[in-house]
Amino acid sequence: MSGLLAALLGTLRDVLPIAAVVFGFQLLVIRRPVPNLKRVLLGFVYVLLGLALFLEGLEQALFPLGRLMAQQLTAPEFIGGGAELLTRPLGAWDYRWIYLFAFAVGFATTIAEPSLIAVALKAHEVSGGAISVWGLRIAVAIGVAVGIALGTFRIVTGTPIHWYIIGGYVVVIIQTLYAPRLIIPLAYDSGGVTTSTVTVPLVAALGLGLASTVPGRSPLVDGFGLIAFASLFPMISVMGYAQLSRHLGRSRGAPAGSPPKAP
Amino acid sequence: MGANQLRILFRSLAESARDLLPIVVVIAVFQLALLRQPIPNLLDLLVGVLLVLLGLTLFIRGLEMGLFPIGETMAYAFARKGSLFWLLLFAFALGFGTTVAEPALIAVADEAAKMAAADGVIAADPAALAGYAKGLRYTVAVSVGFAIVVGVFRIIRGWPIQYLIVGGYIGVVIMTLFAPKEIVGIAYDSGGVTTSTITVPLVTALGVGLASSIKGRNPMVDGFGLIAFASLTPMIFVMGYGMVAG
Repeated sequence: MSGLLAALLGTLRDVLPIAAVVFGFQLLVIRRPVPNLKRVLLGFVYVLLGLALFLEGLEQALFPLGRLMAQQLTAPEFIGGGAELLTRPLGAWDYRWIYLFAFAVGFATTIAEPSLIAVALKAHEVSGGAISVWGLRIAVAIGVAVGIALGTFRIVTGTPIHWYIIGGYVVVIIQTLYAPRLIIPLAYDSGGVTTSTVTVPLVAALGLGLASTVPGRSPLVDGFGLIAFASLFPMISVMGYAQLSRHLGRSRGAPAGSPPKAP
Repeated sequence: MGANQLRILFRSLAESARDLLPIVVVIAVFQLALLRQPIPNLLDLLVGVLLVLLGLTLFIRGLEMGLFPIGETMAYAFARKGSLFWLLLFAFALGFGTTVAEPALIAVADEAAKMAAADGVIAADPAALAGYAKGLRYTVAVSVGFAIVVGVFRIIRGWPIQYLIVGGYIGVVIMTLFAPKEIVGIAYDSGGVTTSTITVPLVTALGVGLASSIKGRNPMVDGFGLIAFASLTPMIFVMGYGMVAG
């Protein structure tokens, strides 16, 4: 119960500056009554309460277990395949379960990410239904999954992060030239929204755990960077999804350049 | 509560349950099948999942009742008022105000200060650490405020978003070449942590609202993109801070 109260206070502290800016400008600059003010205020209360419950539930149930699993999976005994000591040095392949776990966790946490749900709802509404809420969310989740899996591979191999990020940028720029124009801003936004409440704590635990287990890696230098992967790859997957839908639409004889249709 | 509202509540609860199902499946499969460990504190876990379920349902409801409408109402009001100054000031305040107190950013800033001290860039006493972390936090908050201002200006002018993003990428790459190696990972991560769960719906509604109320703008093409730019500028500013501070 005290945890819930702390979560509520924490959320209140997050909401207060936003509410101050919004209602301050509303009262002092716009000086017009807000339509359905009661409903809007009730909505703010719901957001506050909902977020507090959500965070407290995660903290109570999923995060401890997720962190524990990240520890267990990155523990040398598990990677070494049992108690016996390996005579050969560990290779990148020995960490295969970690890549799979990273992929699965990245996908699953992204599906539950509230800010992505918000953007998907808005995109569905604005596009007149052409972009389906689930189509977008799954495309983003696949991007995050691939990104985090690749990020753990980078920690294991110890290659510098900027080569991956710059390489990703090049792919994004090339895709921008060819992707349907309507999807581009939304794809860019998908990168930023994926990494908030649910994904960051679990992924950070995985990165730090892995960096402290793999010989020769420092948690300080190598433990970071997974979030960056998780924000880069959704852009690629969302544009790729739109390109694929258009391609499939074309081969079925749909007019070129029509907005992507979700399955 | 009427029967109709109750039905809506149950439907949204069921939707939230579907949103959470993948996490539960992933944890169960890895824990039971791969690690072959029992799930500890099953009761706590169930209570926690129930809280998450309820919280997500309330949040989505509040989003549609509060955050989306207020963001759009304000965008329409600013567009009608026609005062660019106040709109841009609002954009800055929204970006700065929502970022400066963000817990994830505070954590990252403290981490970066420790790293700078370990490198000998700053003195290793608490005052120097706190000063460095605070400076970094304000740098990032200013960079997000700046990003929202530029992004709103872009919606008004109708510039394609890719110019801003590609320009930002070039900035990131150039800064990567010159920034201290230790700060690069943190800087890259800082882009992701600045966009909180409350900011995202509000900023999205603002962008889409502006683009729909200005003649000649398309909400799909011009309305989105604010979040993207706001997650790009902190990377540049954090690397810049790493080069200058100390």
